Order: sequence, then C-alpha cells, then structure tokens
Amino acid sequence: MRFLQNSPNLLVSLYHAVEWVLKPFQRWMGANGFFERVLIPLEVITKVPVFDCRMCGQCILHSTGMTCPMTCPKTLRNGPCGGVRSNGKCEIKPVMNCIWVEAWKRSAQMKEYSKDILIVQGPVNHQRKGSSAWVNDLSTNIRTHPDGWLP
Amino acid sequence: MVALKSGSRLERVLTSGRFAVTAELNPPDSADPAAVYERALVLAEVCDGINATDASGANVHMSSVGICALLTRAGYEPIMQVSCRDRNRIAIQGDLLGAAAMGVRNVLCLTGDGVQAGDQPGAKPVFDLDSINLLRTARTLRDEGHFLSGRKLDVKPRLFLGGAANPFVPPYEYRPQRLAKKVAAGADFIQTQYCFDVARLKKFMADICDAGLNEQVHILVGVGPLRSAKAAEWMRKFVPGVVIPDSIVERLKGAGKGKQKAEGKKICVEIIEQVQDIEGVCGVHVMAYRQEELVAEIIEEAGLLPRRWQYGKGRAKRSKETLS
Repeated sequence: MRFLQNSPNLLVSLYHAVEWVLKPFQRWMGANGFFERVLIPLEVITKVPVFDCRMCGQCILHSTGMTCPMTCPKTLRNGPCGGVRSNGKCEIKPVMNCIWVEAWKRSAQMKEYSKDILIVQGPVNHQRKGSSAWVNDLSTNIRTHPDGWLP
Repeated sequence: MVALKSGSRLERVLTSGRFAVTAELNPPDSADPAAVYERALVLAEVCDGINATDASGANVHMSSVGICALLTRAGYEPIMQVSCRDRNRIAIQGDLLGAAAMGVRNVLCLTGDGVQAGDQPGAKPVFDLDSINLLRTARTLRDEGHFLSGRKLDVKPRLFLGGAANPFVPPYEYRPQRLAKKVAAGADFIQTQYCFDVARLKKFMADICDAGLNEQVHILVGVGPLRSAKAAEWMRKFVPGVVIPDSIVERLKGAGKGKQKAEGKKICVEIIEQVQDIEGVCGVHVMAYRQEELVAEIIEEAGLLPRRWQYGKGRAKRSKETLS
C-alpha cells in the first residue's frame, strides 16, 4: 500500500481508467440513485485500504498528490496548519506524519496535476458525507459547494 | 485616494506605508470587564491594534467577541481572532456580522490549535471550515454582500481581513504558496507565528517578494519576549507551532539567574530591529504571554514610538535619533 500511496502518477492513471469506464453512464447518475448504490461499496473496498478514505464523498485527491486530506485530524483541505512539528509530525497525533508534508512531496512528483495543490478548496458538504465521490464528480446535477461559495 | 476596505486604523497605517505594531491581549479568566481594560490600557498607547485571542492553545478564556465588545465600547481598536475549532459556519458568519455591528473592523481568520493542546482535551473539535474557507467566506460577506448559502445581506460588514502564517515549520517550501492561497482567498494582512529564527524568515520573505505577494498583502512578523530558559523549553514543547532554536535557549541560560527576563526582552528587541530591514515586512505583532507590562518597553526600545503621528505634518520618522 505504501508503494501505491507514494506513486501518485500510477494512481492518477488508475483514476483515468475508472473515469473512462464510468463516463458513458454519466447522465444516469444522480443522488441516491442506482449507480450510487452500486459504487459506494466499490469505493469502500478500493479507496479505504489505499487512501485510508473517510468517505466524505468529495474527493480532491488530484490536488493533494493523491493523499486523502480527510485523514488530517483537523480535516484541512487547503494545506497544512501552523502546528506541524519540526520533524514533520502532526500536532495532534505526534506519531503520525503530517499528511500535508506528504501531500506536498507527492504533489511535486505529479506530472499532470502538480499545480492543483494551489487551488482554493471550498468547505465540505456534510449532507453528502458517505455518498459516492465518483457519482458526485461525474454527475452533472449534483452540487457539493454551497450556493454562495465563489470558486 | 485609496478606497479603504474597512477604514480601520490598522488598515490606514498599513496602506499609508508606515510600520505597524499590533499586540496581543491575554484574555482574562474572569467575568470582570476591568480585567480587560487594565490589560488594554498598557497596550493601546503603543500599538495600532489589539489582538483579542479566541481560546488560543485551546484553553478557555473570555471569548474574543466579548473582549472586542468591551474594547470597541471604550474606543480601542481590536483585531478579532476567529478560530474554526469551536464553531461551525452558521455561528461564525453570525459572529462576523455581530462583531462588525459593534464596530470591529479587523478580523484574523485562523484554523485554531487542536483541542488536545488545551485544558479541555475531551471537547469535540469542529473544523467545519478551515482558515482559507473562512477568509473567503468573510470576503464574500464584505464584497458580495451575501452569506455562504447565497442569501443576501441588507448591509455589508466592513472588515479588514487577516490570516496567519508560520514559516518556521515544515513543509517549508510550501509555506509561501500557502500564503499565496490565503491572499487568493481574501487576506489583506498576515500575522506570523513567533519569529525566533530570523534566517528562516529572511528566506521565506525572499520567496514572498519573488512571487510579488508583498504587493498584495501586508505582513506583520510575530515577536515576543521569553521569560526564562525554562519558559522557552516549555513553550517549544507544549505550544503548537512555536520553534525556538537552541542558540536562543542557551543564550537565556547563559544570562544567569534573575537576569533571564531582561535577556529575553533584549532578544525580542534585537529580533524586531532585524526584521524591520527585511523587504516585505510591514510591521510586528508583539505577543507577550502574561508579560503585557513589557510590551511598551519593547516597542519603545525598538524605536517604534510614538504610534500616534500628527496627521498633515508629513511622515514621522521612526529612527531613534529623532526621538531622543
């Protein structure tokens, strides 16, 4: 797993493959629909072991070097807090590596998405927690950001 | 004439290009307003804005909204710190409007220390927004005049928005870019964590200037006196994000018994003098934890007084020679 986590470009290729398979069904995807029921278990068995995914339903892995930001004890999605220890460990859990120190290293390795770490990410929609991130991403009629959020 | 976003004193000082000084007020564990006024009195004359902390280090004290209410009532200029640790987006947006209605014009948007650092480690951490979401939300309230939900405001709050930066912890190379993200999200000024490592700050500021960020945001460097070598050891162990190099601790130890406090103050003054000359630094933020009485002395010894210039008589010089 560690090898996979440290190979962001490989993970991106896998994601492209998944997208290629699912894209044709895009227009039938919706909140709480058939595809979501099928994809949620699939996401749980793939993303949880690989990313330690927390099923927030709103993946931004391509802008974090394929590191799940929800594993940060503060669930920060826009970069590291100011409490990172000098040895790169987490302020809250001293045994854990700061996920943003890793995200930064991995993001720098990325070929296609290395600049995406600079995108300002919006707040998580807690109503879509536990839903399928793939459906949320591909579906054209699901919006996860609040109406007043300016991208 | 530059159009001001908030019209606050801090904004006026910074936009006119003068060197700004802000100071942190240690919030009391008391329901007595006199405790706040006592502490504000020694700070107000020597700085351009007083930071009201929001349960810093996750320790409960009087709230920042409460302190700001007291300060604005007395005509002081507060900088309200808002942390995302204890409140969700509903509470925070309401607080921003309430604060603006009370006359608060400066807001510092923070993520907040983890609850484990404080005196109530069993509390539920909220972190609904993060500091960058919060900056963007506050800017939306101010500039667009609507909530995060899209609902319109009748009157927009006038706020000068700040963010924090900590150049002294990893990932070092990413820190300038994180600051760029804060600027993109809406930061007008930045206050940094305690600076005890001037070399690291210089490197950080060079990156900031290379990226042209010093033109878009005003950066105030955090400084503060260390009471003793023991206090320094405690701080770097228990206060998240504070980095104190061994050389500083050794210097305090070397000062001998009874002289460590004076040495700590001297180090602080020296750091202020050094950071003033760094390109892109627009001011200092003095944090004297339980040593407010030292703030005035530090600011005076660093040659940053007087703080209230007479308008219309040209720019005051801040060199020591003109003061003596």
